Amino acid sequence: MTTDHLRSTGSGSGPGDPVRPGGLVLPRYRHDDPDTHPPMLHPDYGSTNLRAPRQPLALLPHRLTEITGPLLGTGRLGELDHDLTRQHDGEPLGQRIIVHGRVLDGNGRPVPDTLVEIWQPNAAGRYRHAGDNWPAPLDPNFTGVGRAMTDGDGHYRFVTVQPGAYPWRNHPNAWRPAHIHFSLFGRAFTQRLVTQMYFPGDPLFFQDPIFNSVRDPLARERLVSRYDHAVTEPEWALGFEFDIVLRGREATPFEDGDDDD
Amino acid sequence: MTERSDPTPALGTTPTLGSTPAQTVGPYLHIGLLWPDGPEVVPDGTPGAIWIRGQIFDGAGAPVPDALVETWQADPDGRFDHPDDPRGARPSDVPGFRGFGRSATDVDGRYGIRTVKPGSLPGPDGVPEAPHLNLSIFARGLLHRLVTRLYFPDEEAANAADPVLGSVDPARRATLVASPAPDGCRLDIHLQGTDETVFFAV
Repeated sequence: MTTDHLRSTGSGSGPGDPVRPGGLVLPRYRHDDPDTHPPMLHPDYGSTNLRAPRQPLALLPHRLTEITGPLLGTGRLGELDHDLTRQHDGEPLGQRIIVHGRVLDGNGRPVPDTLVEIWQPNAAGRYRHAGDNWPAPLDPNFTGVGRAMTDGDGHYRFVTVQPGAYPWRNHPNAWRPAHIHFSLFGRAFTQRLVTQMYFPGDPLFFQDPIFNSVRDPLARERLVSRYDHAVTEPEWALGFEFDIVLRGREATPFEDGDDDD
Repeated sequence: MTERSDPTPALGTTPTLGSTPAQTVGPYLHIGLLWPDGPEVVPDGTPGAIWIRGQIFDGAGAPVPDALVETWQADPDGRFDHPDDPRGARPSDVPGFRGFGRSATDVDGRYGIRTVKPGSLPGPDGVPEAPHLNLSIFARGLLHRLVTRLYFPDEEAANAADPVLGSVDPARRATLVASPAPDGCRLDIHLQGTDETVFFAV
């Protein structure tokens, strides 16, 4: 297919344009079970009340803009972006941890070469952010931002410190369970995901409306990392494993033999 | 935790894995998601560059000062430098074109992206899509991203024939069409209320 007929930005195109239907076989991504993701309106989390849309969502079919997405390269990464304990002159205080895992799609295939961004508070539960001023200390040796690319097997690895829990004003005596924010691109606009990783057995889960906004208990469990003794390094750091599953594709006859992963 | 499926099975025979649920970016997203060049889909000085600007409002009409807008779009020829485009991946003729933009809102809820206008796109059913950007919106209080689209005010005929715009309630269609501005165009986003923007399940 030539691109000449696409050159006009719309004014000259119409239904009669010579787009060969057979030339545009597009992958489609499966829709997640309705209880996998939180509802937009979740009154227990007060900030949703004025921000969640009240109209039903319209369905966006998967066309070219949806099945493509930014493939951001290693050019965005600095040498120490994956190691939050080595970004300053000294080491941050706190329990040193290794957080690693694989990024997979819903078909179980690794998502290679995709950007993973994380951010978190320090060991005392304080973010390095103008908006966070509760009376816990800042750590001059901790910024709390990390970036990494997955390798060919979809694997990523960060070194950081165990984030602290922190209070917020959502409800009386409200505390966020310790968590690390994760941002993922996958390979398509449909796969974009921002989530939070929690730690196993956190006693604060019961009162946290953000964690509990996920209705399906099995889906909620997928937000919790696993202590990983095999990755724990003697006399150095505790290991935690957190696999992330992005939406998989619908199986179609056209994709048999697809080896683009 | 997620199950491992090893060895990786062929597509079509795969038991599906449940997706990891979304969670809000929270109020401190700026630590992790701001890039110095985030709003620059194209470099400074790109011929034909435009600014897409707007404000985000909550259900009380107050500006949302802690949101992030991300944009994704084709280049002016309607092409993507992406292997899943069945026409083939093609680097843009526009030097430095990234296709992707990211802008946090300021204290007044304002965002801004410098880009070039995308071309129209062929559809799988032969019906072309009018030039558009896909937008993702993240914020405290949004447990999952919101997805919307931006269409251009000078594409009346193409917009009228666009299959996605055509699928939207005519009374709310205008929430997806930007208005002209001196250096580009403007699209405000209303999370709730009588002018609530049309958001999509993608």
